[in-house]
Amino acid sequence: MPEYSVIGKRVNRVDALAKVTGKALYGADIILPNMLYGKVLWSPYAHAKIRILDVSKARALEGVKAVITAADVPGQKKEEEYPNPMTCCLTREKVIFAGQPVAAVAAINPHIAEEALELIEVDYEELTPVIDVLEAMKPDAPLVHLNSYTQNLPTKDAKPSNIFWYMKNSRGDVEAGFREADIVLENTFRTQTVNHGYLEPRAAVVSVDPEGKVTVWSDNQGIFELRELVAEFMNLPLNYVKVIPVEIGGAFGGKSHQVVSPLCALLSQKTGRPVKMVMTREEVFKTQRPVAASVITLKLGVTKDGRLTAASATMVYDYGALYGMGGMDIVPFGSFSGLNPYRIPNLKIECYDVYTHKAPSGPYRAPTAAQAAFAVESQMDLLARALEMDPLEFRLKNAVAEGDTMVTGTPFPKVGFKETIERMRQYLAQRGNLEGENLGRGVACGFWAPASGAAGANINVNADGTVALVVGSVDVSGTRTTLAQMVAEELGIPFENVSVVTGDTETAPFSVLSAGSMITRSLAPPVRQACQDVKDQLSQRAAPQLGVDLKDVEFAHGRVQVKGMPEKYISLADLARGIAHFPGESPITGRGLNKGFQLSPVFVVEVADVEVDKETGKVKVLSYTAAQDVGLAINPTLVEGQMQGAVAQGIGWALSENSIFHRGVMQNATLLDYRMPTAADVPFVDTLLVEVSFDASPFGIRGVGEPPIVPSLATIANAIHSATGVRLQELPMTPEVILNRIKHGASSSRLMP
Amino acid sequence: MRKLIKLRVNGQEREIMVEPRQTLLDALRYDLGLTGTKEGCGDGNCGSCTVLLDGQAINSCLVFAIELDGQEVTTIEGLYQGGNLHPLQQAFIDEGAVQCGFCTPGMILAAKALLDSNPYPTEAEVRLAIAGNLCRCTGYDKIVRAILKVTAA
Repeated sequence: MPEYSVIGKRVNRVDALAKVTGKALYGADIILPNMLYGKVLWSPYAHAKIRILDVSKARALEGVKAVITAADVPGQKKEEEYPNPMTCCLTREKVIFAGQPVAAVAAINPHIAEEALELIEVDYEELTPVIDVLEAMKPDAPLVHLNSYTQNLPTKDAKPSNIFWYMKNSRGDVEAGFREADIVLENTFRTQTVNHGYLEPRAAVVSVDPEGKVTVWSDNQGIFELRELVAEFMNLPLNYVKVIPVEIGGAFGGKSHQVVSPLCALLSQKTGRPVKMVMTREEVFKTQRPVAASVITLKLGVTKDGRLTAASATMVYDYGALYGMGGMDIVPFGSFSGLNPYRIPNLKIECYDVYTHKAPSGPYRAPTAAQAAFAVESQMDLLARALEMDPLEFRLKNAVAEGDTMVTGTPFPKVGFKETIERMRQYLAQRGNLEGENLGRGVACGFWAPASGAAGANINVNADGTVALVVGSVDVSGTRTTLAQMVAEELGIPFENVSVVTGDTETAPFSVLSAGSMITRSLAPPVRQACQDVKDQLSQRAAPQLGVDLKDVEFAHGRVQVKGMPEKYISLADLARGIAHFPGESPITGRGLNKGFQLSPVFVVEVADVEVDKETGKVKVLSYTAAQDVGLAINPTLVEGQMQGAVAQGIGWALSENSIFHRGVMQNATLLDYRMPTAADVPFVDTLLVEVSFDASPFGIRGVGEPPIVPSLATIANAIHSATGVRLQELPMTPEVILNRIKHGASSSRLMP
Repeated sequence: MRKLIKLRVNGQEREIMVEPRQTLLDALRYDLGLTGTKEGCGDGNCGSCTVLLDGQAINSCLVFAIELDGQEVTTIEGLYQGGNLHPLQQAFIDEGAVQCGFCTPGMILAAKALLDSNPYPTEAEVRLAIAGNLCRCTGYDKIVRAILKVTAA
């Protein structure tokens, strides 16, 4: 591995000072002169016809400046064009989930806006909703979208269906594979609807100027995606919408879509004044895209010596009433990520994405992968028990390596799965076994492949030799810091001499959405290219002054120096000073552009030690360790932080978080009743960073943020099994459920000969 | 119905006109421009709006400003004075305890209230003291370490 001076170092985050002093500005902190406050009227029903929608009384209330409904939307598609993302912003004749916007108000203060909502008269004719995902798949189920046919089928369906996406992956002969097996196990696993739980509720401030140009400050994970949405909603060309990024108070995939910015834009256009909306926590819970629930049936076959012979799986994901923005999250990634860690010669996976009359689901940290891993890794644990084999030994025996075939049929590039398992085994060997009553250790593995997308980077060299990196990617995980580290490394300048800014949609080069663990990977090639561009320009100025050829200069210590003769140098400051003179030298700006490149496979191995109180059913997580192949950690502190945060989210998903619905309306929409882990619920999370370089990425990086949540659900379930002998196949594993199972036993696991 | 109240905020006397229904949180954010205090839920369940009221950590969304005439409030802005960071602020930076930063102001103030009354807390005491402050990014690991680091110093 090359020696780096800034890459791989634990430098402090560039945004930390502003955040610890309260100076960082989030959407709700933006205050403009003469600003109005907006509120949304959300549908209280999961499925209903709107017979009458009368906003006249609301419009007449003193202090109300505008009330909008679907009739006011310039760019809105017709209802028959369902499903389209616009339906999420204001609906016309029908509501298909509780929490769908019906009208919006702008008033001189939030209290009047709220009063105005109460004056809006809506006569709903309630229709039968379909809430349960398996019910929704039946042929006679009420349809969420009347003209939606299952996509991706070999032949077109004869009639519309709530199943909107079908996916099949298969290889080999599954029946023969099961015949070859000595043990075959089939089980069904269920996961619940959970929420991202970001601490900052959604917020937007939008101002439309007299020319009709729209300026948006909002918390989206992608400024360019948001610009497109607002432009489409407002029926404007893209150069009439500018999105200015703000700090984002947590996202995890949950801020890759928007409702409030388009509504604020229309209200601002109507009133000629800036409009601000800040959601309440209840609104976030009830109307924002939660995480798809799942029902997964999995059958695995294994020989006596622990070799997997066949797998068949049916995966059903509850997507709610719409799929996501841009259509990316239509793909049920779990259908191929779940079984990807293992060499299984014969497999068949069928996956269904299904509409129900619930709030549309959205992507959450490795979307749909943790659900699939819960099934696969629980089942692997059961098989290891049946084989009386160490669970990590069993996985190692079946683990994929470079050249093995992925579920999708493509070969794996270099991967660090076996290395990661071995690293965890060494760690556990040092730590020793867990002995004691009611104690249990659980192990699980996970796979995820961070993506990458199109992005650009500009670097401006200042007259004193410091530099500014301008990117269009929103920082949701510390990417300003890691990108600054890359610039400092490449240019040979101190980290402190690099400032990084996420520009707005008019000043920054395009960047893909900050999602998919892909920003550091997607920006690394253009940042490197921009650095090279800067170096080329500086070399051309420096080489003649140093009296050497272009190829004989190098960049280090803030200088351009002669290779082999570091005492012969010109500082960057001396080279750049002329920019500020009059008449001056031409500015120095480096540019880098890149389209996306290949997915980088990441493997994670996690271990939890738990204690289960058999009187109360309460699970205490005593310790938790995550090992992950990160390729290379640009900043180990940031990588650890991502892993620890993902694990805590996984513990919440496994043990306590649950959106409870009645007729499609979430009943526990507060942070008291929707129970996320507190500091008292989670232990320190030990992290083991494995660095098996990924050659397709600059510096060998693989992407970090999403993968560590993938094994966490099964890790906890497997630990509870160890502690209690009880196998839980449905989340969340609350004390009530555990106690009930300890008392009444009865596993639903079917062991077949 | 509006009433003039006096508050001592971050060491300075401030006078503001408040409505009866106005929370301390809104008074801080909108009347005094102290937007470092964050609103994550508005019903006292997340701790993002934690400030110190006469030295005690409270959820500023749960108290009415009108009731606080003459009292002393410390917000995150009050911990950074004259260019000097409070040791907790420095520890949060150094330990990597800051991610999205939305819980950070409340978390630091909750920790300050703890350390002011108990300068040498155990890990369990730290976790209990910040159990009312939700964080979704960090898993609390580096936050707890940052607080313990200040106690050890």
